[in-house]
Amino acid sequence: MHNKTLAELSKGLASGDFSSSELTKHYIGRIKQLDPTFNSFISVTEEQALAQATAADSRIASGNTTPLTGIPIAHKDIFCTAGVKTSCGSKMLDNFIPPYDATVVEKFNQSGVVSLGKTNMDEFAMGSSNESSFYGVVKNPWSLNCVPGGSSGGSAAAVAAQLAPASTGTDTGGSIRQPAALCGITGLKPTYGRVSRYGMIAFASSLDQAGPMTRTAEDAAMMLNIMAGVDEKDSTSMDQPTPDYTEQLNDDLTGLRIGIPKEYFGEGLTPAIEQAVQSAIKEYQSLGAIVKEISLPNTALAVPCYYIIAPSEASANLSRFDGVRYGYRCEDPEDLLDLYTRTREEGFGDEVKRRILIGTYALSAGFYDAYYKKAQQIRRLIKNDFAAAFEDVDVIMGPTVPNTAFEIGEKSNDPVSMYLEDIYTIPTNLAGLPGMSIPAGIIEGKPAGLQLIGNYFDEGRLLNVAHKFQQATDWHLQTPASQIKRVER
Amino acid sequence: MSIEKSDIEKIAPLARIRVDQSAVPEIANRINDILKMVDSMQAVDTADIEPMANPLDAVQRLRVDLVTECNQREAFQAIAPQVEQGLYLVPKVIE
Repeated sequence: MHNKTLAELSKGLASGDFSSSELTKHYIGRIKQLDPTFNSFISVTEEQALAQATAADSRIASGNTTPLTGIPIAHKDIFCTAGVKTSCGSKMLDNFIPPYDATVVEKFNQSGVVSLGKTNMDEFAMGSSNESSFYGVVKNPWSLNCVPGGSSGGSAAAVAAQLAPASTGTDTGGSIRQPAALCGITGLKPTYGRVSRYGMIAFASSLDQAGPMTRTAEDAAMMLNIMAGVDEKDSTSMDQPTPDYTEQLNDDLTGLRIGIPKEYFGEGLTPAIEQAVQSAIKEYQSLGAIVKEISLPNTALAVPCYYIIAPSEASANLSRFDGVRYGYRCEDPEDLLDLYTRTREEGFGDEVKRRILIGTYALSAGFYDAYYKKAQQIRRLIKNDFAAAFEDVDVIMGPTVPNTAFEIGEKSNDPVSMYLEDIYTIPTNLAGLPGMSIPAGIIEGKPAGLQLIGNYFDEGRLLNVAHKFQQATDWHLQTPASQIKRVER
Repeated sequence: MSIEKSDIEKIAPLARIRVDQSAVPEIANRINDILKMVDSMQAVDTADIEPMANPLDAVQRLRVDLVTECNQREAFQAIAPQVEQGLYLVPKVIE
């Protein structure tokens, strides 16, 4: 059963080949057997999952279903889940049990989707390797000594290892697309404002966006159908029409204009990844697409700009963790300041503290104009680059990441080199555009991702473009089967 | 621009994070690496560029001023570090 896509599982449940309870038990069994090795889950909610599955089976019997009713998925541990620990990968929230559901979680629950549990992640979503999690690093199912990427590394590894057919993720600077690329799955970061951020623990509020992580583009469309839409509880969610994303999947690509940004093929890109991306582009040409070289001249400024804006927003967002109302509290505080400063010293990990300090510095008197305001101006230049490009093309393509999965520990002592892994994904977040990563090759046993970037609210076209590629190729069907078999033994 | 050890000693209390004296040099080094990378922004002329806070240049949506939250006292009590008889217990240091 775990080899099936969401679309196939949906059909299987509808035709009675198996029940939601059987399916859920199957996945829980796989998690119990295999996840001690991968560490992709922080919490497994077996009891709740089985109860949800029983309820879903009743819904299926009565015909009151949605396409995903009865299908088990996993949620990144950044989404609040009523009654279920939501840690955000941090010691700070190791004891936090939210009293409410995130809108994304609520929508899946209402659709009868079963939640298997909460997936591992970099602490407060700050990282590209999952190494900053309080719960330990996640292992890449393709290569156990390598990172799965981050911050949604647990969500990516769980789907790649077939411990869940799909998962939710969030993406502030590449946190859906980069782990999707490194784990050989499909990941979509929608347009900023497409999916509600309510109940999603905030990292950088002007960049954060939730999206699906799946094996296929068709599955991502099915997930986005549930996730997308305006939400009164998130004033930054946008009131835009939400199409049925599965309807556009098979549209013909003849005449599609693909822009290839020359800045995405410069120094630092692994030649084998470049070759994989070029082969994918050739495939698109054979599907009728027209390829044009474009320029996004401010690309090199994206990482610097991001590392002011994201930490600045984080320093404000994370000020709420003070040891008073919920979360970690230090022992025997001497005075109020001691309570705050020691709670935060002990409750946050090094990377989170580093970013809070940078953000505090950038926003402090005397430095604001030079850093924060400057970064916001550069941000507009980056957005303008994309706006100019989209006058001539329908979709932009390039690599998702410059390298395949790196080894655990390889970059953990060098933050800047870790940050540069996100060089191709960050510009999309700064501009607020939708971006996607789909599998496009395997290099020395490790997956390579192709990135697709679309215009605002054009997720339907991105999914269509990704789906047509997946109809013509089989990279998305490759799994780390031999690795998983080794773990099974 | 680069950061001095004394800057870390100034920022850390602002950020409400205790930093062990012995860790200050290493933190300063790491942050300086990052600031060095960030400094490439300074070479760009942004004189007439409007700063961008929201990628869609959206403005805050307003709603009617009505009470929409329901009372969740019990739920909030359940996740507080310490409670007694419906009250929140805090360390003596919090007035």
